[in-house]
Amino acid sequence: MADEKKLCLSGSGITKVFGIGRQKTVAVDHVDFNFYEGEIISIVGESGSGKTTLAKMLLGLISSTEGDIYFLGQKRDISSQKKKQEYWKNIQAIFQDPFSSYNIFNKIDSVLLDCIHMRGGRKLPYAKKVELMSEACSFVNLKFEELTNKYPFELSGGQMQRLMIARIFLLKPKILLADEPTSMIDACSRATILDMLMQLRDETGMTLIFITHDIGLAYFVSDSVYIMEHGKFVESGTADEVILHPKEVYTQRLINDVPKIYEEWDLSTV
Amino acid sequence: MANVMLEVKELTTKYITRFGEDVYAVDHVSLKVEEGKALGIAGESGCGKSTLALSLMGYYFAPLHYTSGEIIIDGRNISGMNPDEVRKSILGKEIAYIPQAAMNALNPTRKIIHFIEDVIQEHELYITKKDIYDRARKLFETLGLPAEVLQKYPVELSGGMKQRTVIAISVLLLPKVLIADEPSSALDVTSQKMVIKMLRQLMETGLISSLIFITHELPLLYNVTDDIMVMYAGQIVEKANSKEAVFDPIHPYAKGLMGSIIVPEKGLRDVKLTAIPGVPPNLKRPPAGCRFAERCKYVQPECKVHSVDLRELEGGRTYRCIFSEEQLRKAYQNG
Ligand SMILES: Nc1ncnc2c1ncn2[C@@H]1O[C@H](COP(=O)(O)OP(=O)(O)OP(=O)(O)O)[C@@H](O)[C@H]1O
Ligand SMILES: Nc1ncnc2c1ncn2[C@@H]1O[C@H](COP(=O)(O)OP(=O)(O)O)[C@@H](O)[C@H]1O
Ligand code: SF4
Ligand SMILES: [Mg+2]
Ligand SMILES: [Mg+2]
Repeated sequence: MADEKKLCLSGSGITKVFGIGRQKTVAVDHVDFNFYEGEIISIVGESGSGKTTLAKMLLGLISSTEGDIYFLGQKRDISSQKKKQEYWKNIQAIFQDPFSSYNIFNKIDSVLLDCIHMRGGRKLPYAKKVELMSEACSFVNLKFEELTNKYPFELSGGQMQRLMIARIFLLKPKILLADEPTSMIDACSRATILDMLMQLRDETGMTLIFITHDIGLAYFVSDSVYIMEHGKFVESGTADEVILHPKEVYTQRLINDVPKIYEEWDLSTV
Repeated sequence: MANVMLEVKELTTKYITRFGEDVYAVDHVSLKVEEGKALGIAGESGCGKSTLALSLMGYYFAPLHYTSGEIIIDGRNISGMNPDEVRKSILGKEIAYIPQAAMNALNPTRKIIHFIEDVIQEHELYITKKDIYDRARKLFETLGLPAEVLQKYPVELSGGMKQRTVIAISVLLLPKVLIADEPSSALDVTSQKMVIKMLRQLMETGLISSLIFITHELPLLYNVTDDIMVMYAGQIVEKANSKEAVFDPIHPYAKGLMGSIIVPEKGLRDVKLTAIPGVPPNLKRPPAGCRFAERCKYVQPECKVHSVDLRELEGGRTYRCIFSEEQLRKAYQNG
């Protein structure tokens, strides 16, 4: 079975250096990865470990200093604006701060309409577009009628996060990259959002890349886990391997830092 | 019997919005915290946790208004006390409060030691700067914070260090009650753990006499508090000791919250998260009956008719539902 898995996104020696000379920061340091189609992957590390920087390279928002990224087995080519647009039909992102992800001058209807247009639905009759938008909203428990004519900043953090998932529902990308999608919301809404994302993966077979500092969350959602420390992947494997039998001290520490309820939580480590 | 540090009876407060609408964010809340104890407050965003925290200090400013109820701190009833008096003799000394996102509110142009001078000088007019410094240094040492932090500006500190500094400043006057509103929610897991450790230290060293810890993260509450109160739409829906509240909730909403816990412990990967469908009611127009009715799996027609009272079980555990404990447990067993 294992060899039937198809590679979706892969890379080796991916590196990002910011600045030069004494100001130099190696944010991502020669990482290798193989993400397979339909998999849920988590990238876990503490603040500043380079997760968001790697995410931006995967998205093609910044270039890598070293290393090539392969998409569906082919070397990724985003050398022109047109090729970039083409690539972005396949990969979408949800960011750390939901408020940063929208053009604040665009009303919510146009945020969703854009998604339909991006998928080639510009010529659809308006009634059909409304139907698609309503379906997307109801998938995430929002009411389309209540959102029309509103601006994104008029929504609560949780509603905003759900609106982002509604966008993904319409765009149906091959890959979804979620950078701390649940760090701004409460545990209850977090469960709702994770539920929706996992359901979306099951229905569409998309590859889901989660970025988080919470290894508990990673354990819960992912098939495979990559642990990032100072820009390097120090450990990777299936969620059970990495989290139930961690080899690296760093991984053990991350596990230790998450609150426990069934076992004693050892506070002496901080 | 242990000393009661804070007792609140049927406290009701509301916001009056710009448009003159009332928002009932704290509705007949009663609670009691004994000396040496920590009380946790849980509930999803918007259920009124922060408003309750503000209301507990007895210090009201627009748009928040006091409606009714009593607040008694270490035997002293402060309800109805005038705001200046509360400010002068209660805040910081009797009851201290760390607002949500407090660490981002520090004035960036002042050093940490200057914030500390402000706090102490407001209460002790004739104290010297040297004495203030010594006291601050000693406190920081007790709490495992480096004394160099005192000479730094807020921007020079990491998020976790800033938050722990804010907590240290809030206990300078050795308050009887400390209220911490989501003190660790914006931090990464390691800093979060340091904050949790610090809250426990405050209790163990006697720097504070009691604690109210607010967060939506049940595993954190479980590791700090003795009792947990679950709020929903401005009301208490369950109050129990922490173990029962987390592992054996009675109220359907508390049960739902339990289903959203994620911890990296063996076997938990296969547990399905039980997201609670829907959203909380609008507090401008709270529903007539049980406020959870719209989202409750076990709802009955009569749930929506009259407001539902809290029931008290033996041992002081309370919950708000028309069903008996046995009926609810049976319903949970049947899924
Ligand atoms: N545009 C930039 N210019 C210079 N340095 C940068 C830039 N972006 C990131 N860095 C640095 O690269 C490192 C990794 O940052 P990154 O944002 O990828 O971390 P992260 O793992 O996403 O952290 P967090 O958990 O806080 O989101 C940090 O040292 C950061 O200061
Ligand atoms: N300044 C305000 N004016 C009017 N309503 C408010 C104000 N602050 C909060 N509210 C409302 O009060 C309710 C409780 O909010 P809050 O106490 O912040 O909840 P929590 O801390 O549990 O997230 C919410 O319905 C919120 O919209
Ligand atoms: S009173 Fe009715 S609606 Fe409310 S929690 Fe109980 S069963 Fe559910
Ligand atoms: Mg980041
Ligand atoms: Mg709050």
